[in-house]
Amino acid sequence: MVEERIRVLIAKPGLDGHDRGAKVVARGLRDAGIEVIYTGLRQTPEQIVQTAIQEDVDVIGLSILSGAHEYYCRRVLELLKEKGISDIVLIVGGVIPPEDVSMLKSIGVSEVFGPGTPISKVVEFIRQVVKK
Amino acid sequence: MERALKGDFVAIGKLISVLEKEGEERRELLKEIAPLVGKAYYIGITGAPGVGKSTLVDKMVGFLRGEGYKVGVIAIDPSSPFSGGAFLGDRLRMQRHATDPGVFIRSMGSRGALGGLSKAAPYVAKLLDACGFDFIILETVGAGQSEVDIVKTADTVIIVLVPGMGDEVQIIKAGIMEIGDIFVVNKSDKEGAQKLTRELETWIELGYKGASWVPPVLMTIAENGTGVDKLINALKGHRKYLLESGELEKRRRKRIAEEISKAVEDMLKERIVKNLNKEQMNLYVDLVLNGKRDPYSIAEELVNNLY
Ligand SMILES: Nc1nc2c(ncn2[C@@H]2O[C@H](COP(=O)(O)OP(=O)(O)OP(=O)(O)O)[C@@H](O)[C@H]2O)c(=O)[nH]1
Ligand SMILES: [Mg+2]
Repeated sequence: MVEERIRVLIAKPGLDGHDRGAKVVARGLRDAGIEVIYTGLRQTPEQIVQTAIQEDVDVIGLSILSGAHEYYCRRVLELLKEKGISDIVLIVGGVIPPEDVSMLKSIGVSEVFGPGTPISKVVEFIRQVVKK
Repeated sequence: MERALKGDFVAIGKLISVLEKEGEERRELLKEIAPLVGKAYYIGITGAPGVGKSTLVDKMVGFLRGEGYKVGVIAIDPSSPFSGGAFLGDRLRMQRHATDPGVFIRSMGSRGALGGLSKAAPYVAKLLDACGFDFIILETVGAGQSEVDIVKTADTVIIVLVPGMGDEVQIIKAGIMEIGDIFVVNKSDKEGAQKLTRELETWIELGYKGASWVPPVLMTIAENGTGVDKLINALKGHRKYLLESGELEKRRRKRIAEEISKAVEDMLKERIVKNLNKEQMNLYVDLVLNGKRDPYSIAEELVNNLY
């Protein structure tokens, strides 16, 4: 019997740094039975959205450390909308100033996970929003 | 489906998800796809973990795009046998093609031999074929029977090896050498590439005496694209051979026969096993445990009861 698997794209937009954090999350999700599509560093919003489309993911998880979270989230959401996609959930992890969290949520980000969030929290949230 | 045929990637992405699930809906879709396939050329690429398959696929896609072909890629990574989840990382090497409207890349978890997702890979290949992709490349890790089975559905199978680590021995043991139409020694910037190439050539010489197709051995450096042009030429050479020798038709006939029996198997399973509820199953198990019945007569009875 094949139960449906949740599919999550983990991507890291922007030019900054490393992807250690993103990889840890990806591993954690895998261990929770989720299929993680991992695209690594330096992804443009266009690449992220195209990938999400081809992979038919349920969730896009962006890992952002650069401080450019507003731009990337707006752009990804905009591109999804342009493509007529309304069933992909966007979540963000990384270093996001607390005062920006409600702003991100107001533009359409479903949840924001700060550094040190236990993976189980992320898994729980994903399972809850993706009812498969 | 209409949207997918017109090249709408959103629609193609969703239809692939339908093909990943066993059942009625998938069968209906496959029926629709069936008359539309047959134009694309299917390439399987396999080899031990980390030998550079994805990097090579990335370069092959680039090359084929340069010639104006549309390319579909199906990249299969193993699922975790414990959680059923998967870390699908092949795409990482191919992301420069992510926004190219002539390239469609889909990652799949193998989901174990019984889960059946990797078994869906040939169906996905057909969908991409129907949607107008000229070349379809399937990447799998060369370990395990199910991966070998997938690659075997390709018209041309490329086996990738690298110098060092004694990989050649492992692969010979795993019994996948026999399915190779083309051998690639990747990472030939590293020591031992010449030696491995010669070893392979000797092995092939011994095993393929008098064969109508003798697999070539090519050296590549996937990282910078060296040798990829030769690889594409070899692919085209093999395709020409398949066409002219009638082998292509033979392979495709075999594939179709396998598809039919697979479809029968799936349908029977759906109708019988899935309709069997837990209680009923437990009753049967009890009977076997008590020595009153055996599993085979029960199976016979279940199948016969269908009609
Ligand atoms: N030196 C050298 N390194 C290479 C070459 N081709 C690929 N690599 C490196 O080998 C590593 C693995 O490459 P991948 O393309 O991911 O290998 P793969 O076979 O697809 O790996 P899996 O899908 O995980 O089995 C990467 O770090 C590549 O950069 C090459 O020709 N020479
Ligand atoms: Mg790979």
